[in-house]
Amino acid sequence: MVKEQSWKRRWSLVKKDWRLYVLLLPLVIWFLMWAYKPMGGLLIAFKNYDAGLGILNSDFVGFSNFKTLMFGTYSDQFWSAFRNTFVISLYGIVFGFPIPIFLALFMSEIRHKTYSNVMQTFSYLPHFLSEVTITGLVITLVYNGEVNTGVIAELLINLGLISENTNLIQEASYFRPLYILTGIWKEAGYSSIVYFAAIMGISPTLYEALKVDGGNKLQEIRYVTFPGMAPTLIIMIILRIGTILTVGYERIILLYNANTYSTADVLSTFVYRVGLERGNQALGASADLFNAIIAFALVIGANYISRQVSETSLW
Amino acid sequence: MDRLNRSEKIFRVLSYILVGAFGIMALYPVVYAFSASISGKMAYESGQVRLFPKDINFSVYQLLYEDKGFWISYINTLFYTFFGTAWSMFISVTGAYALSKKKLLFRRQFNFFVVFTMWFTAGMIPQYLNYVNIGVDNRWGIVVAFGIQAYNIILLRNTFEAVPLEIEEAATVDGVKEFQLLTKIFIPMSKAGIATVTLFYATSRWNGYFWARILLTDSKELPVQVYMRILVENYQSMFDDMPVNLAYAADSYVYAILVCSIIPVLLIYPHIQKYFAKGVNLGGVKG
Repeated sequence: MVKEQSWKRRWSLVKKDWRLYVLLLPLVIWFLMWAYKPMGGLLIAFKNYDAGLGILNSDFVGFSNFKTLMFGTYSDQFWSAFRNTFVISLYGIVFGFPIPIFLALFMSEIRHKTYSNVMQTFSYLPHFLSEVTITGLVITLVYNGEVNTGVIAELLINLGLISENTNLIQEASYFRPLYILTGIWKEAGYSSIVYFAAIMGISPTLYEALKVDGGNKLQEIRYVTFPGMAPTLIIMIILRIGTILTVGYERIILLYNANTYSTADVLSTFVYRVGLERGNQALGASADLFNAIIAFALVIGANYISRQVSETSLW
Repeated sequence: MDRLNRSEKIFRVLSYILVGAFGIMALYPVVYAFSASISGKMAYESGQVRLFPKDINFSVYQLLYEDKGFWISYINTLFYTFFGTAWSMFISVTGAYALSKKKLLFRRQFNFFVVFTMWFTAGMIPQYLNYVNIGVDNRWGIVVAFGIQAYNIILLRNTFEAVPLEIEEAATVDGVKEFQLLTKIFIPMSKAGIATVTLFYATSRWNGYFWARILLTDSKELPVQVYMRILVENYQSMFDDMPVNLAYAADSYVYAILVCSIIPVLLIYPHIQKYFAKGVNLGGVKG
């Protein structure tokens, strides 16, 4: 038992296996330097930060940065970003979450080895392309200008969904569909891997038993496939809920512009603009901290609920 | 062959169609980018390029070939990817190996130490200040300060845990020590996991954009993603200064760089993709 071990005994264990600890050392140092040390920098959220003085020596101002954020000059932008974060994330879950599951379900039906291999290779591919590439593609494909029209813009015009002179990139009302669809296109195939693996792990005898009882395909999915992949599903939902407030900033920064801020600006892009572009670091950090605490609470909450209802949890 | 009833037949046909449609949709923009890069200006601008190229000419690649900035950025990206992946793998493999050992004191705590960073990060501003303080504004800084991901470490740890205990015990009895145990037994026996994680690290290095753009001060050190982005931001005005009677459209130049930036991914990824199902499957996250 670990509890009964004295420090002396522990030290002798460490000495015996010192090589193991040497192997662990680089990892610990890396995380301390680049992940944990900056956490101390969150102090800046409570300070009147002066770059000349540094984080520690700047004046402590309590919650005044948070007050400025929520009620001061930036409050409109902050709450708009806060709302957008939720809305974009919720859309992402509602539209994005089920698609990989269905894709895996269909993928598992395919008996033709080459066909499924080729289609898997195709559908995972966008995940490995950079955000710069993806947004570069999106911007040119939906571009609608004097000289040329992108293929997707043209398709939408022909279908009568948008008028001739709409430029999707510059219109606030089109930002979210554009962002969500791009996300689905990029990640759905790749996200389906884990569900696919879960379905493949279901024992074939269960399917046979249902067949003997005369079950049809929908019943098969309802009574065998779904319960079989439930643990995976629950884990994925917890993971997803935990990140509800962390909408990836990179693609938004690459895709949005001043015309679309009203629907596109999320907390992390707000932090970027206020904290890095305009150099108000303390205010940016307080928005960051606000974000992080809610996100953290969400993960813990999701994990707790899941443990209560299903006995599946992350920890 | 399995005998199918009607609902199963319908479902199966539907599956072939839907999976096929999704696969083609995923691939389409990549094919389109290539076609657009080698199509003639007139054909492209009048919207005749849908999938296959029209009036094929490679003149835009000629121009790209002569573009010094592009080559510098391309070589920089190769540098970041090669050294960055090596660095990420070194730290992750050694660390994950130690974390996989039951005899490691405070094993749970060390695991939590890693996993915690998946849920809670300092955020952009404190990270930025930390990078600036330590001086991450050059090539080696980017290599060292980035690219370790908790998720990948957990993946590797689980891979190592799957190595049978008997093999390790037999080797230990023969007097093999940790370092050799890792290089001679654990690494060769964990090919799927290692290949998968290497690919993850390599693609995230190859695709790295945001911090490189913010931190790097010397334009000679920019990676190709940043170079490409700056081009996308400026290309309309850039081409206003060029002769009107070019053989290719302004977009073609962007598409050509895009194609060049995708090629390495296309070359490597299919070879490693076969390990995914196995490699990622092991990635159940436990603290």
